[in-house]
This record gives sequence, structure tokens and C-alpha cells, in this order.
Amino acid sequence: MRLELVPRGDVPGFVRLLAPIAAVATAILIGGLVVALMGRSPAAALDVYFLQPLGDSWGLQEVALKMIPLVLIAVGLSFCFRANLWNIGAEGQFVVGAIVGSILPLALHGAGAGPWVVVAALVMGAIGGALFAMIPAILRVTLGVSEILTSLMLVYVAQLGLDWLVRGPWRDPKGFNFPQSVMFESSAQLPPLIEAGRLHAGALAAIVVVLAAWFILSRTLFGYGIRVSGEAPKAARFAGFDANRLVVAAFAISGALAGLAGIIEVTGQIGQLKPTISPGYGFTAIIVAFLGRLHPVGILFGAFAISLTVIGGENAQIMLKLPLDLTTVFQGVLLACVLAADALVTNRVRIVRTVRA
Amino acid sequence: MRTIVKLAGALALAVGLSVPAVAQDKLKIGFIYVGPVGDHGWTHQHDVGRRAIETAFPGRVETTFVASVTTADSDRAIEQLARTGHKLIFTTSFGYMEPTLKVAARFPDVKFEHATGYKRAANVATYSIRFHEGRYIQGVIAGKMTKSNVIGYVGAFPIPEVVAGINSFMLGAQSVNPNVKIKIVYANAWFDPGKEGDAAKALLAQGVDVITQHTDSPAPLQQAEAAGKFAFGQASDMTRFAPKAQLSANQNVWGPYYVERVRAVLDGKWQSQDVWGGLASGMLRMAPYANMPDDVKKLAVDTEEAIKTGKLDPFKCPIFDQDGKEVKCEGGAKLADSQVLGMNFYVKGIDDKLPK
Repeated sequence: MRLELVPRGDVPGFVRLLAPIAAVATAILIGGLVVALMGRSPAAALDVYFLQPLGDSWGLQEVALKMIPLVLIAVGLSFCFRANLWNIGAEGQFVVGAIVGSILPLALHGAGAGPWVVVAALVMGAIGGALFAMIPAILRVTLGVSEILTSLMLVYVAQLGLDWLVRGPWRDPKGFNFPQSVMFESSAQLPPLIEAGRLHAGALAAIVVVLAAWFILSRTLFGYGIRVSGEAPKAARFAGFDANRLVVAAFAISGALAGLAGIIEVTGQIGQLKPTISPGYGFTAIIVAFLGRLHPVGILFGAFAISLTVIGGENAQIMLKLPLDLTTVFQGVLLACVLAADALVTNRVRIVRTVRA
Repeated sequence: MRTIVKLAGALALAVGLSVPAVAQDKLKIGFIYVGPVGDHGWTHQHDVGRRAIETAFPGRVETTFVASVTTADSDRAIEQLARTGHKLIFTTSFGYMEPTLKVAARFPDVKFEHATGYKRAANVATYSIRFHEGRYIQGVIAGKMTKSNVIGYVGAFPIPEVVAGINSFMLGAQSVNPNVKIKIVYANAWFDPGKEGDAAKALLAQGVDVITQHTDSPAPLQQAEAAGKFAFGQASDMTRFAPKAQLSANQNVWGPYYVERVRAVLDGKWQSQDVWGGLASGMLRMAPYANMPDDVKKLAVDTEEAIKTGKLDPFKCPIFDQDGKEVKCEGGAKLADSQVLGMNFYVKGIDDKLPK
């Protein structure tokens, strides 16, 4: 006996919309069950996980803050994934963006430069990320090397490059030889959006990027080319799209946004370079991109869900003394439910009885 | 079906229960951990210290920890502790230094304690352990026990704390064995059993027969055990992971310090300070000397005693760097604490190049 997925054909739009909601509800139910089996109150867990982070301005800011890098990277990745290109190296592009973007703030440290520095830093960060992402793209179109491997391996190159920089040339001379750069001057940091708050101007960049990506993907010829080359490569070729140029362009956009996210994280939050500047945003963003079904607005929701579970998970550790592992498990359950709901909405399951010969 | 009914029952029952009310007069104490409590090393020892607080002040304190907090996320995690009424917060890894100071500036009435850092504020104290004292003893043992005259060192990152440990270890080994060589591998992680184990395997393959480690999991020790070689545990007594291989271990003992600082807060006497305790203060303890002949054991015990009483300092002058140049002696007859805390050179006799 085996199971087969058979496409359902026409699925009404509202069912497609309901699917993720049902998925989230199922995930919460499973999570609640686990909490209950641990002898804790699921109601309290629900409150701490999902409601309290949204209950005050600080919590909301923290959720939004966490969303910024995830949204930027995931929107960029959606260009690649839509075109059936597997950029697994956003983490590396994030790091390179942070490095290239930090060149000016570090070079001009103590020179009394104006706030144009941070603007220039963002532009350079995006360019750095784009150029770095074009390496696997160019290797693919010229030599046919799998972009999955090269983009992933370049993550380590980027991380070790940053590691070398903060131990060597960019080490804070007054920092007791610890591997970190000087703190950026305030002119090289993104201003907070709310007085004395932690949410910074990078949030505006994320919103602009979501709107721009939506416009490009759904309203321009280039966006059409990306979608067609992913769904029907042959048709794309017939239509006259240059496949190689699309590959390079998709990677460049993806890398630019990851790089932008990197330098925004450094200039907006961390304020200096350290050996590690990301808790794995580049990889988490892959989940976010698929949670959001590769749609810019969907990605906003996907990033919201992931950020909420991260911050809720921390709350649960602090307020309910629940272990961190529970958060990780819950994120996994959530993703599995969303993917399953997707598959079950577009397909139905058929049981096939195999006859033994 | 019956299980499902049971589960549903448990669920319904649990929903009905509310969060237990917390007495308001308890002192809430928060901990930020860099790894999981189950790392059996660094974080585990801090958690032992946390539990010592609970034992010492039954009913008067409530402790909370947040585990596996990355540096990038620590700002928020620390602030969340401060916002939820924690009045004393221990941040237990070097990477939390700037975030701790940032949050401390926003919460002047909350006391912060940052482990292994060097920046303080009116409400931020720092504390650490002179790990290098134990490393010297380990070096003495390793220098005696090695037959291949090649000993291995699994480091986390080439930061001063680790570098000082390597130097101290080497100086200890050289004091009993002038022919000893050392091979160093950096795992680039504090806790990553896979990488740590691989590093140990690579060392063993290069003829190393004694391994020590400055990473947090028992993985290198287990590799040594499997290969029939010797090794040292890290941060806690790891005998149960390698009963035949463990020669000794640096044991980080945070409990008494934590209890003392909590008492200071309860008595209203807490002040910002910098504590760097070693074997003499009891913050560092050596796990039982095992799997070695009696003469080596005696040598280890004597060395420990000499360091405890101050007769011996691992960094007694003169110290020479790799190029044979004498290092400026700023602490009288030994290197000054600031020189040890900022150490970024290897001593003479180490062939590897310090990654910079």
C-alpha cells in the first residue's frame, strides 16, 4: 500500500487563504498538547508566546526589529526561488554586506563626518552583497556549477573573512585584543524611529523593499521573466528571455537585499563588527520565504510568525521556565503544518493498493 | 482513541490552571547562558551556581535563565529580564559585554554582573576565574604523561583568555619536559560537539597523545578515551564521559561567588567591582588527579599547592615570546593581570602561528 498525491485541479481562492490559518491553528494545538503533556498550562503558554509580545510598545518593537533582516533577506531569496534558483548562501551575503558597508564608518571613525556616512554604508553594503552573490550565479552560467553548493560554501568564506578582519586590521586598538571593531559613531548608526526606542530606520527600508518587490514581481516584464523561467523554463526561452541574465540578476537582487540586511543590522542594532553578527538570519529567511509562499506580502506574515515565536520562546523561558527546545520544536511543527496544508489544499491523497506478484 | 481522550482531558485540566502567583518580596535573579544547560561544561557550571543560590536562600529568591542566547539577541534577552522584575542579572559570556552595558544604562536600579569582560559601570560588575592557573597544572601533568612529546590543544577562539591558557599550559609542560611540542586547533565555537570532536581526531591523527581543551563539550575527551589516549575535562569534572582518559579538569566554581553577590543585594551592600579569583579563592578547583602514576600525581598536587599559596605564578618572569624576545614584565616578578587579560602572543616553544 502506498499514498499518492493527486492534484485537485480548481481550488477556490478562499480555501487557499484559509489553509495557512488552519495550519497555524493546528500547530498551536500540537504545541499546546506538548505543553500540557509537560504539565504546564497551555493557556498560559499561549498568552506568553503570542499575546504578551504584542501587548506593549516594547514587545511590538522587538518583534518588528527581528522581522527587518528576515523580511529583507527572504524577499531577496524569493526572486531566486521563484526562478528555481537555489541561493542557500544568504547568510554569507548578509555578512559580506556588513563588511563592505562597514568600510566607510570604520575609515572615517573620529573624522567628524556627517550622517551621510550611514547612507553611504547602506548603499555599499547592498553592492557588496550583490557582488558576492553574483559569484555562484556567474559560476553557474559559465561553468555549469551547482549554485546550491557554491552559494552555501561561500557562507564560510564570508564568515571567516569577517573573523579575520575583526581579529586583524579592524580590531579595536583599545579593546584588549578582543576580536571586535570600535563602536560606530552615532553619525554612522541608523537613528531610532521612536525616541529612545530600539526600532530603527531600517524598518522603513524593509517596507519599501516589500512594496518594490511586489511591484517588480507582479507588474514588470523582468518580474514576469523570473516567474516564467521558474515555472516553465522552455516557455521562457521561447519568449526570448535570456536565461543567463536572469540568473545573474536574480542572484544580484537576492545578494543586495541580504547585504543590505547585514549592514542594517550592524548600523542599526549591533553598532560594531564582531566575529558573529547573525544568529543564522540567512538560513531562517529560507523558512520565512517559504512560509510566505515566496510572495512579498506573505513574507511579511512569515517573518512575523517566526519573530513572534523567537521572542515568545524567550518570554516562555523567562516567565514560565519552559525550555528553549520547545521553541525550536514549535517552529518546526509550524513549518511542517504550513507545508502540509499547502500540499493538501492543492492535492488530495489517494491510497493505492499494490498487488504482490 | 483512549489516549486521545486522555490527552484531551490533560489539556482541559491544564487550561484551567493559571500561572502560579509569585510572591512580590522575592528577589528575582536572571541568568543569560551562552549554551544549553546540558553542555556539561561552561554553562552547566553556571547553572550549578544558579542552583546554589536557590539552595542558599530558600523562599527568598527566584531564579530564571535564558539558554543559548546569541550575542546578536542578547540585548533583548537581557532587557526582557530587567523588564520582568529581575533585579540582579548575570550575563555569563564575554560576547554579552556591550549589550549588558547598554541595557544597564537603561535600568539604573538593576544590578548586572558580567562574566569575563573588562568594562564596568556603576551597576555593572565583572567577574572571572584565573583559568590559566589550572592550565599550568595540566601542562605539568601532560609534560610528564606524554610519550610522543606532542600534546594537543583544542581551543574555541584565539581570544586572550584562550591564548593565556595555551601559554600557561605550555609553560607548565616545559617546566618538566624541555622537548615537548604542542599542536593547536581552533574549533571556532564554544559549544559544537561535532567540530570539537573532529578537532580532537585531527590532533590524535598527528601523533598527539594528551589532549586538553578550551571548548565546552566532552567530545574531545571522548575521542581521547576511544583512542586510548589521555585528556583533560573542561569547566566541570567530566570523568563519567571518559573514566580512563581524564587526567584532571579545571572546575569552574561559581556558586560561592553568586551566593555572596546575592547576599550583597539582599543586604543592600552590592557595589560594582571586578573579581578575578583562582585556586586560592576556590573559584577554580581541580578535578581529582586520576589515571597517572603516583609521582606525577604528587607533582600535580605540589604545583597546585604552590600556586595556591602564591609561591608559584604561571606567568612568572622572565617570559619569552615565540621569537625569543623577552616580554616586558609589568607586574613585578610576574606578568601584570592586564597583560594576561590582553594576551595575544604565544610563548617560546609553540611553533604554531597565532591567528590574527
